[in-house]
Amino acid sequence: MATKSGRTISHIKERSIKQLLIRWEFLLVLIFLGVNIMNANLSPYYLNIDSLFTNINGFMVKGIIALPMAYILLLGDIDLSVGGNVCLSATVLGIVYNATGSIWLGILACLATGTLCGALNGLVMTKFTELAPMIVTLATNIIFRGLSERILGDGSTGGMQKVDWFGKIFYGRVGGIVPYPFIIFAVLALVFGLVMHKTVFGRQMFAIGENKRAAAYAGIKVEKIRFLVFALTGFICGFAAIIYCANLGSVKSNVADGFELEAISMCVLGGISTAGGKGTMVGAVIAIFIIGLLRYGLNLINLSGQTIRIVLGILLILVVLFPTIREAIQNRKKAVK
Amino acid sequence: MKLKANASKLRELTQSREFSLLLVMVLLCGLIQWRSGGVFFSGSVISQLTQNYAYIAVLAFGMLLVLLIGGIDISIGATMAISGMSTCLLMRDGVITNPLLAYLFSIFIGAVCGLVIGLVISKGKVIPIIATLGMQYIFRGLTYFVSGTLWVSADKMLPGYKNFAQSSFLGVNNLFWIVIVLFVAMIVFLKWTGFGRQIYAVGSNADAAKISGISIDRVKIIVYTINGAIAGLAGAMYTSLYASAQGNMATGAEMDVIAACVIGGVSLNGGQGSAFGVLLGAITIAIISKSLSLVGIDAFWQRALKGAVILLAVLVNVLVQRNAARKALEGREI
Repeated sequence: MATKSGRTISHIKERSIKQLLIRWEFLLVLIFLGVNIMNANLSPYYLNIDSLFTNINGFMVKGIIALPMAYILLLGDIDLSVGGNVCLSATVLGIVYNATGSIWLGILACLATGTLCGALNGLVMTKFTELAPMIVTLATNIIFRGLSERILGDGSTGGMQKVDWFGKIFYGRVGGIVPYPFIIFAVLALVFGLVMHKTVFGRQMFAIGENKRAAAYAGIKVEKIRFLVFALTGFICGFAAIIYCANLGSVKSNVADGFELEAISMCVLGGISTAGGKGTMVGAVIAIFIIGLLRYGLNLINLSGQTIRIVLGILLILVVLFPTIREAIQNRKKAVK
Repeated sequence: MKLKANASKLRELTQSREFSLLLVMVLLCGLIQWRSGGVFFSGSVISQLTQNYAYIAVLAFGMLLVLLIGGIDISIGATMAISGMSTCLLMRDGVITNPLLAYLFSIFIGAVCGLVIGLVISKGKVIPIIATLGMQYIFRGLTYFVSGTLWVSADKMLPGYKNFAQSSFLGVNNLFWIVIVLFVAMIVFLKWTGFGRQIYAVGSNADAAKISGISIDRVKIIVYTINGAIAGLAGAMYTSLYASAQGNMATGAEMDVIAACVIGGVSLNGGQGSAFGVLLGAITIAIISKSLSLVGIDAFWQRALKGAVILLAVLVNVLVQRNAARKALEGREI
């Protein structure tokens, strides 16, 4: 497509079948189908709607955290503190509930804690732009989990499920079929996707991830947006902590361990580049389901949780190698011609 | 003239990052010594410190190289586990009958792991944190896979292997001797060998290094292989120290090690850092981990305090650098 001045506009892509086929999301759909076919063959009960939703419910907390993580990666940042944040927020929920007897106060405190933790990350990151996000969130992850450890010691906090409806946040089902966490995830994913792809804010995030300096010169308030996204991530962590509490019933200082890496894996598999500026929410959502369901399927064939990591690791490496391999093949084709 | 040169050298020394870190460490030690009622500087505490945290310092030297080229490796804990575990398994089955051979085998396995990482990062053009994240899963999973999720207990290990970590030479624990030897080797390697200078060149400006004829891929592969070999060495040290090999051993070691490097003044953007700084950083981490109970601070504070110290260290580093940059600018304007 050529403009008046004769230059081509590269971002307007031709929509052909071939273009669609080499899109990453298409490949993800294939992997997704493959995983489902594998699972269905392994267990005759897999496609039972009831058990399927039970399985999906198992990874919805991680999925919810992966949504804001996609924003973070899109900006070219990284947040290793989400695991610690969920842990601390859940701890605060339990403590405040047990101290005051009010579940609402607990939930409020939980959300406030999550948001504060995220805002702290954002504040440090935007005031000290020289620092790598990785090292800041590495430190704050240790601090958040450390605070939870200080509060709980060797013990745990819980009892929230005495409040009848609280446990239902996780175990309740609409019409006895669709669980609440799944609906919450679906709504959030839709909102996150629309904001990312259809709003000015979303375009600005892409611009920042592509080239921070150019974005700043174009008048985008880079640091403000980064701060907002980190605070938002914190808020979602607090939100996820509520669902997690409803699931677990009691909180120890080691809960949500490794969630940060799992959420990042989901995003990366979904095609969101950790270098920033690339990716789609659709891809991330499909990847969340691929990893979650694959984990379940491998459980079915009695692979231990530890060995499943090998498969996930290989999948992750292959995914990130894919562009290089494709490029190499294309180069070879050109050379042959 | 000479006096002036000496004075400027002294100023350079006192303004260096290592010097300020040393100062902070001396203050920290003094404080701990005072609050602990003089127990800290006792022979038993120091020997425990050097023995138990030697592997952190060893790993930090490998991580230094990786960070210098602008990379990162979060799989070293898993590399430690797979190399230490496979060594101990072979010892249990009577294949390895010599402690030295066990150490060499562990280093070899680690080097292979590092080589794979190096290839994926350089030839596959994968971002280091993602490549090592994936590899971390694979290595940790393999550890459980080869061991069948079983432990190797102390009675299955060679006596020489276990004794190595407990005995000392010239009054210094053997494990700390490894740290000393590696420290000297690192200084020589980074300062006086061509390859060492190439590492700094790649980290400071990869494009310039490439134009000047350095093969960046080669540097990356070798650095990650060395780092893997060092992680393998640490795996052997760890298993011989605790006389057991478990699937979940050294989980999260990479975080302590990266923290040690950052406290020691290594930049995560590459090209900046020294072996001396890293050694001081590792010692600081060890002191924080060890001394809280001595000072009477609740042990449950340990983790949060460690995180706070890391954050504080990097923040202070930025402030110092900003100050230095401003001074340099002022100097030029005059």
